[in-house]
Amino acid sequence: MNEVFITGTNCITPLGFDVTTNIDNIVNGVSGIRQHQHLTKMGLPFYAAAVDNAELDKAFAAISSESSYSRLEKMMILALSPIVRTFQKPLNDKTAFILSTTKGNIAALENTDGHIESAHLSQLAKNVAAFFQFSAEPIVISNACVSGVLAISVAKRLIQSGMYENAFVVAGDELTEFVLSGFSSFQAMSDEPCKPYSKNRKGVTLGEATAAVLVTSNCENAKAKIIGDGSINDANHISGPSRTGEGLFRSIESAMKEAKIGPQQIDYISAHGTATPFNDEMEAVALNRLHLQNVPMNSLKGFYGHTLGASGLLETVIGIESLLQNKLFQSLGYDESGVSQSINVIEKTSEKNIQYFLKTASGFGGCNTAVIFEKVN
Amino acid sequence: MTLENQNYITAICSIRNNEIILDGKLVFKTETLDFSDFSKKAYQHLGISYPKFFKMDNLSKLAFLGAEMLLQNEQESDMALVFANRSSSLDTDVKYQKSIADTANYFPSPAVFVYTLPNICIGEISIRHQLKSENSFFIFDAFNPQLMANYADVLINTGKATKVLCGWTEIFNEEYNAFLYLVAAEGTLTHNKHSLETAYNE
Amino acid sequence: MEALKQELKGKIIEVLNLEDITVADINDDDALFGDGLGLDSIDALELIVMLDKDYGIKLTDPKDGKNIFKSIETMAAYIAANRTK
Repeated sequence: MNEVFITGTNCITPLGFDVTTNIDNIVNGVSGIRQHQHLTKMGLPFYAAAVDNAELDKAFAAISSESSYSRLEKMMILALSPIVRTFQKPLNDKTAFILSTTKGNIAALENTDGHIESAHLSQLAKNVAAFFQFSAEPIVISNACVSGVLAISVAKRLIQSGMYENAFVVAGDELTEFVLSGFSSFQAMSDEPCKPYSKNRKGVTLGEATAAVLVTSNCENAKAKIIGDGSINDANHISGPSRTGEGLFRSIESAMKEAKIGPQQIDYISAHGTATPFNDEMEAVALNRLHLQNVPMNSLKGFYGHTLGASGLLETVIGIESLLQNKLFQSLGYDESGVSQSINVIEKTSEKNIQYFLKTASGFGGCNTAVIFEKVN
Repeated sequence: MTLENQNYITAICSIRNNEIILDGKLVFKTETLDFSDFSKKAYQHLGISYPKFFKMDNLSKLAFLGAEMLLQNEQESDMALVFANRSSSLDTDVKYQKSIADTANYFPSPAVFVYTLPNICIGEISIRHQLKSENSFFIFDAFNPQLMANYADVLINTGKATKVLCGWTEIFNEEYNAFLYLVAAEGTLTHNKHSLETAYNE
Repeated sequence: MEALKQELKGKIIEVLNLEDITVADINDDDALFGDGLGLDSIDALELIVMLDKDYGIKLTDPKDGKNIFKSIETMAAYIAANRTK
């Protein structure tokens, strides 16, 4: 069976429009979360991590004079652009294009005489594909907050099956009135920057970002190898996670079984850590059930907020840097443990030799995804 | 297990034009009704007792009914759920948008918001049938038999699932089209792009 | 208070999509959550929206919901004391 690698990564976030700038900010403890006043019609102040519009337009103008792309499309194109540019092979049917998003161009619904067409996710994918002239029909994954990391898993599985040799994967979601109001109606929004796993955590801080990777069976210039995955549902509740972390437990177990490694071999976990009371507690339970409670782990949501469909991919991109640089990044926002079982939250950025890292995500609908990456020596 | 193993389609259900058809036989039919009434009548006709059904949005009701048909005599719990559609959760998104459109009447509904993600319909099926299994939701312009066949095969052939319940569950603004089927390692109807296309177009 | 209780029973059935339940089925002191009517966490959030939308009451701490929504009795008492609509 084919081995599958990630050979290109990029991200467009409030912490920068390339991976290096993002890592510099993370190392310096700089968060992308700010208080914003005018994100919704109601004018309520929210903490959120937003991409600067002026910088976004400037960066996009540098690669295209086209003005018809939506804001999210511009962010996705910018994320993919450097990766596609370095791809030396022809863009034929053996190269997939996978796009992950929860809401896509949902802001189009605010325009009352706008056509519903522009809110269709396949239209979003076609628009981005057209920019790069990808020839394969886009594959869109919309599976709540696991979409970003599930997209990597799907890419790997399709390459293993021989259907494709390469896959450009992009993930993104925007801060919109739609999602801000929705999370607010769930009483899930924190009134201060989120504090994953902490005793006084009060809920999520939302964010927006895009991230992109090239997944391929070609090991040249590989940054990481994808060695195991699992995406198992809790079968418990459509909005609350299983109290026993059943789906996450089985997803990680499936990934470890495929990777043929045990919990003692995992060097770092990039977890989901949304800072809601239930999610973080569920993760602690699942990790303990798997004997992973001593593995250094973090949530990057203290830096980026919860970027929904982008989160799994963005956080994997950063996790790959941990792998390459042998660095554990602090779990920003954490102060005192607020989960009932012991976990090893990274409190200070430090060095560690990392050979294997595990990325997990969970989402509405009871979904969970776990993917294990191995350093390519 | 090898990636080249042939799998089989073992059951098919379609829900279109006020009819539910299972393995070629008409199971339920009504005169033209809106989806809410059609789905309620189908629920009653099938003798289902699951009050949560009435909290679901249209997409979840559609997927739920199809799954109910295909899983009624099914024992396998390692049953992956691989679904897709064109409109994602737009049918509900539009409804949710209305609840936040007017600042003078601004009451976002959590019960509506939770359904503004297409994968929730898979979650509902998981809960109903207690399937702690592989899940994914895809979006395509139209039913994509090639990708669906490939992905279901790879799940079974790499041991990630024993069977797969696949579904194209499209609904927007009262227009609905559901085509669901079971894939397993044994059977008589070969599971591939061609048989799926033929069955879909029947 | 009687009229308010009946009104609340009707509203709960409608707002929470309780299909097979009638106003007559709900007793004033039946437990709404847990074993009684079996309402869940999303239902609780919807009731918070209903308090605001129909009675002009904004709950400052959603955790207060637990006590307020114990039964029709407790809900009616709270609404009668705090409604602004």
